[in-house]
Amino acid sequence: MSITSPRVQGYTQLYASFESFYTRHVYRRVRDGWNIPICSVPGAHLTLVERVSPDHNWSFQYSGKTIKCINLGSYNYLGFAENHGPCAEDSIRTIRTQGVCVGSTRGELGNAIYHDQLDRLVARFVGHEDAITCGMGFATNALNLPCILNKNCLVISDEKNHASIILGLRTSGATIRVFKHNNMQSLEKRLRDGVINGQPRTHLPWDKIFIVVEGVYSMEGSIVRLPEIIELKKKYRAYIYLDEAHSIGAVGPRGRGVCDYWNANPHDVDILMGTFTKSFGAAGGYIAGSREFIKILKSRSHAESYGGSMSAPVAEQIISSMTIIMGEDGTSEGVRRIRQLSRNSRYFRQKLKQLGFIVYGNDDSPVVPVALYMPSKIAFIVREMIKRGIALVGVGFPATPLVEGRIRFCMSASHSKEMLDHVLDEFSELGDSIMARTSTLPRQKGEVVYENV
Amino acid sequence: MLNISGDYIYQSIIQAPIYHLLLEGILFMWVIWLLKRKKINPTEEQPLSAKEQQQIIDHFEPKPLIYNGDSRDEGVEGDESSEIDWGTIDGPAGKYIEIDGTKYLNLATHNYLGFVEEPSILDETERCIRQYGVGSCGPRGFYGTVDVHLELEEAIAKFLNLEETALYAYSFAAISSAIPSYAKRGDVIFADEHVNFAIQRGLIASRSEIRYFKHNDVEDLTRLLNLQRKADLQNPVKAKAIRRFCVVEGIYSKTGLICPLKEISELCLEFKVRLFVDESISFGAIGQTGRGITEYLNVPRENIDFISGSLEQGLGAFGGFIVGSSYVVDHQRISGLGYCFSASLPPMLAGAGIQALKLIESNPQLIQELQNNCEYMDRKLRSLSVFTISGHPLSPVKHMSLKKSFGSRKTDKLLLKEIAFHVRENAKIAVVMPAYLEKEEKTLLPPSIRIAVNRLLKDNEMDDVVTALKEAANVVLSKPDLPDYDEPKSQN
Repeated sequence: MSITSPRVQGYTQLYASFESFYTRHVYRRVRDGWNIPICSVPGAHLTLVERVSPDHNWSFQYSGKTIKCINLGSYNYLGFAENHGPCAEDSIRTIRTQGVCVGSTRGELGNAIYHDQLDRLVARFVGHEDAITCGMGFATNALNLPCILNKNCLVISDEKNHASIILGLRTSGATIRVFKHNNMQSLEKRLRDGVINGQPRTHLPWDKIFIVVEGVYSMEGSIVRLPEIIELKKKYRAYIYLDEAHSIGAVGPRGRGVCDYWNANPHDVDILMGTFTKSFGAAGGYIAGSREFIKILKSRSHAESYGGSMSAPVAEQIISSMTIIMGEDGTSEGVRRIRQLSRNSRYFRQKLKQLGFIVYGNDDSPVVPVALYMPSKIAFIVREMIKRGIALVGVGFPATPLVEGRIRFCMSASHSKEMLDHVLDEFSELGDSIMARTSTLPRQKGEVVYENV
Repeated sequence: MLNISGDYIYQSIIQAPIYHLLLEGILFMWVIWLLKRKKINPTEEQPLSAKEQQQIIDHFEPKPLIYNGDSRDEGVEGDESSEIDWGTIDGPAGKYIEIDGTKYLNLATHNYLGFVEEPSILDETERCIRQYGVGSCGPRGFYGTVDVHLELEEAIAKFLNLEETALYAYSFAAISSAIPSYAKRGDVIFADEHVNFAIQRGLIASRSEIRYFKHNDVEDLTRLLNLQRKADLQNPVKAKAIRRFCVVEGIYSKTGLICPLKEISELCLEFKVRLFVDESISFGAIGQTGRGITEYLNVPRENIDFISGSLEQGLGAFGGFIVGSSYVVDHQRISGLGYCFSASLPPMLAGAGIQALKLIESNPQLIQELQNNCEYMDRKLRSLSVFTISGHPLSPVKHMSLKKSFGSRKTDKLLLKEIAFHVRENAKIAVVMPAYLEKEEKTLLPPSIRIAVNRLLKDNEMDDVVTALKEAANVVLSKPDLPDYDEPKSQN
């Protein structure tokens, strides 16, 4: 972090002083809990590189030591972040057979057979007709939403949507209206307003109305109310864009996301989008939809014409892990992982609630946020837990409102019950010392049994 | 006080002068009239009844989810769908590329230094998978910062002798997230008219006022800067609050020409404008040791606020980066959207990038070989009379368009496509035409075939390319029936 600009005389200040007030005086004091470097595979255990700061977090130095921790911070829902095993071996083999870098975009001879193979596999996985993939998950939203929307479209988006969705919507030129998080009355009101009143001033009807929601919200841990949204969509003839970044692979009895979880027909959701970073241990994103939709999107997508195509080992990792999840590799490994993740999430959440912590979100979601409210408490918990060998993620402003900071646990199928119990013990002890066990909801009597969850 | 008797009021009315009573009386009547008149409010509508609302809902007919023709600007020239199916590749796209089962000499994909099949890079990628797995499973802030990322950032910064680097997982995201993190609504950005699409998206996302100057025209930029200075002098309070930026590319991907960076950086210093340079193509391709356009034109790097680059084109890895002084680049780590809210680059691809940089640093003759090939190709291509060659002699990206247009843009594109496929089938050499989203680009250049030169080509192979192009042009352009632009030949 630097405090002086190399050129000051005559230039307009690059950063508005009030904008950087929070960064310099609040964030800086606690920023040793973020951006911690790791030097191992981000699996069930993580090796952190220890940093020390001689000047109150203005700068960091490496002490030379590493700390091994239980990893509850990385997005590793099904435990595919592995450096050995069938997926890793497949990726390594692909390095030699397909190379690492394609050096072109998919529209300019950068389209390889594994890209087409991946597209078809993804479409089959999510249950839609066709899909296209992109080299970066963030870019999948930011580069494709402007191709689907225009200035005569109305978008009704959830207030807690991700930054990539908001960027894509803003640059598309559509009118954006926000509804309260997961609140169906608020959504219906916006839909009615949109259909009845049409465009502002002219009152012409909107070309298309889109509802943009996420499957699992990463900061809230809530699962979207998909059946109700599908009902509303049919009533008002809107289109749904569902971003399943955190739910694909992680939710649902077969791991196919929220459509699977709610037993809804994936064809009812017009556009399914997701990323491969979280449950598949790779990188990139996809959009799935009807064959007609994907064909036209392919000809218009910014990523197809200007974005580099996905690297071969990454694509192979996705193909490999997806085949395992679908059970098509001949083993029951996929089902085992899905069940383990689901069991871990439910067990951990119920235990936390029993201990008296304020936990947000749906019981089945693999993201478990615990409210702590104060930035200082978050910093304390993160630091102390690292000392005890547990890596957690603390979330504060600007990802959440200023006084609604939280600790977020990311469950993984690679965690065992013993690991979770150890984490719960340590967390409960620390939580006592900062008075975080203050939930006023009734606490479940009787033991939470792992096998019965 | 409240015991004002009726007698007191009566007395005060009697004793008041007449004009006073008249005035008060008129005022009183006027107030009554104002309160009583009907309010004429034309904008207030009667609220709709529930039945009327249901009627509107029943009659609502949305347009289809997506269809050809629902794009934003109807007035922009060019094709809605300009997609050509070049085929599907198999195997590494190195010196040779295998398309649909046949091997071709590869002049289509960007492999300037020939690193796609470089064994040490592939070895390093494998080693990184065995240590870190494939994905990084998190954004930079939440345990997604792997030590190889920090190593690569340091290596790039040291390579260019600058302070700090921010590494992005996608080169498109690097420059298009960097610009809006500094420039906001109300600021002014001066950009070259032919900047690439990623920069254009960054400019749109910034919401600033964009002033385009003619391609590589320093006088035009001076004119715009002077206009801005005049406006600033007229309104000094506003001038103090707005920031001024200039965005250029080292080698332009649309034209292959080099930007006059020395003059532009001096102009920016004089007018107090912050300068951003996008070196996606020029990093690792020009300059004595491959350090980019600042080395080639001998421009001090301290005068540039940040340089953005790509690891996907010349270096055989993946991702993008922003490098500059700590004061400028550090801001990206909390406000660059593609940095904070995206998972970080897979560690194995960062490892590939580190190895590529090591190779460039220890083998500057690689750059020399590439530049020799670029110059040779330039000389030979310029001998073709039917094409116009766009591109600096040292640029690895060269555009060949038809010297004489054959009627319309659509016809020219079809002819060039036929030439490209003719070269492919007959000489077994792969070339492409750049894919542009014509309805979204700010400027459209004449359709062209793009040649991407790489270090591995031999002189006789480059001669073959030129011969093949000449022959293809002869065959295609002398056909008696040129494609009728009402019935395009391109189909799926």
